[in-house]
Amino acid sequence: MDMLKNLIIIMMTSVLVNNYVLTKFLGICPFLGVSKKTNQAVGMGIAVTFVMLLATAVTWPIQEYVLNAFGLEYLQTIVFILVIAALVQLVEMFLKKSIPALHASLGIYLPLITTNCAVLGVCKNNITDEFGFVESLVSSLGAGLGFLLAMVLFAGVRSRIESSKPPKSFEGVPITLTAAAIVALSFLGFGGIIENLFA
Amino acid sequence: MPIIIATAVVTVIGLLCAVMLAIASKAFEVKTNPKIQQIRDCLPGANCGACGYAGCDGYAKALGENEEDRVNLCTPGAAKAAADIAEILGVTAAEVTKKVALVHCNGSCDNTEKKADYYGGQSCHAAKLIYGGDGKCVYGCLGFGDCVTVCEYDAIHIVNGVAKVDVDSCTACGLCAKKCPNALIEIITADKPVAVKCRNKDKGAVARKNCKVACIGCMKCQKVCPTGAITVADNLSTIDYEKCIACGACAEACPTGSIVFKK
Repeated sequence: MDMLKNLIIIMMTSVLVNNYVLTKFLGICPFLGVSKKTNQAVGMGIAVTFVMLLATAVTWPIQEYVLNAFGLEYLQTIVFILVIAALVQLVEMFLKKSIPALHASLGIYLPLITTNCAVLGVCKNNITDEFGFVESLVSSLGAGLGFLLAMVLFAGVRSRIESSKPPKSFEGVPITLTAAAIVALSFLGFGGIIENLFA
Repeated sequence: MPIIIATAVVTVIGLLCAVMLAIASKAFEVKTNPKIQQIRDCLPGANCGACGYAGCDGYAKALGENEEDRVNLCTPGAAKAAADIAEILGVTAAEVTKKVALVHCNGSCDNTEKKADYYGGQSCHAAKLIYGGDGKCVYGCLGFGDCVTVCEYDAIHIVNGVAKVDVDSCTACGLCAKKCPNALIEIITADKPVAVKCRNKDKGAVARKNCKVACIGCMKCQKVCPTGAITVADNLSTIDYEKCIACGACAEACPTGSIVFKK
């Protein structure tokens, strides 16, 4: 029971409180780039979730059984990037062959997130937070879902921006960044919920 | 010594990844017809769907896989795309009839008036939600330019409060027709320069009160049409372009000037 409670807390933390985009400001590039339309935002969000899970499943054992074993913790970043990049390529090839429909909807986003900092960030944070394997997977799933949530929310905000007329000097990127800042600010409101989740 | 271990570990991991990818690229190889890519390069890439397939990729795939001879479906690419594709596939190109978008409204600022001041979101879809828009006629062009935004070819513009198509730039992709909340835009063949520029279904007196060039459903056009191409239903005249011979008799007979004929 405690185990389950712990996992729920990890999940909620990485979805809402430590949202990778809106609180840690990782993965801003796709967040701003692919959030113009809701369906694209959903596609990107699902692709990121998928890759985060997969990357964690591979990088955690590498950290534990290769890097820690040889005392090479300082090589973490370079090894993780190497592995994640190769992994995403492999997944893309696999999808293209086996599930063409999924590849068509996900495919264009996969290469984009090869070296997404949010994906690398999740893998590194799982190690820093000293999570076990299952905890790491749950944390990455939460991070991915949090990314998806942020993308979809922001796509909604942006569609409202499109149909409004901001002052001339704010048009385009400035108003988008301002809106992103306000959305991020609103996520601060989740700050206290974890402590009281099971209180 | 530690640096040798570090180098070795990274090298081994890199090599493993490389070998894995090399094997995977063979194992998961997907054979694509090279013609599909060639055909795709001939298409304009607007993904408008005028051909009836899901975007340019879908059309190229259909052409490449079935060796179809329907090479003339791409209206934006017109004759050039059809000829290029036909060459790749080794078939003869059929003629592509030039089509254009037509806006069924002439309610410019001179012909109709606003019934209210509107300060909401500057889009036709948004404006229509509030009592059908700010114009007196709820069937007509709202003039916020959703069609202008969606047009890939800069071929439609809001001129004096009403959408106007630039016939030369228009490729008849139909994106504007899909976007218009009042469904005012129709794709027709370019060789029939006659059109009922109204979609108002109100009774004649009401329609006329709201707009100077409204169709009042008087049936005069229906009577003078030599080929029976015009029907009046719901107080609105409609031209069947299959039967229309573009003689212009209806435009001459029209008392309000809602039918427009340009030779």
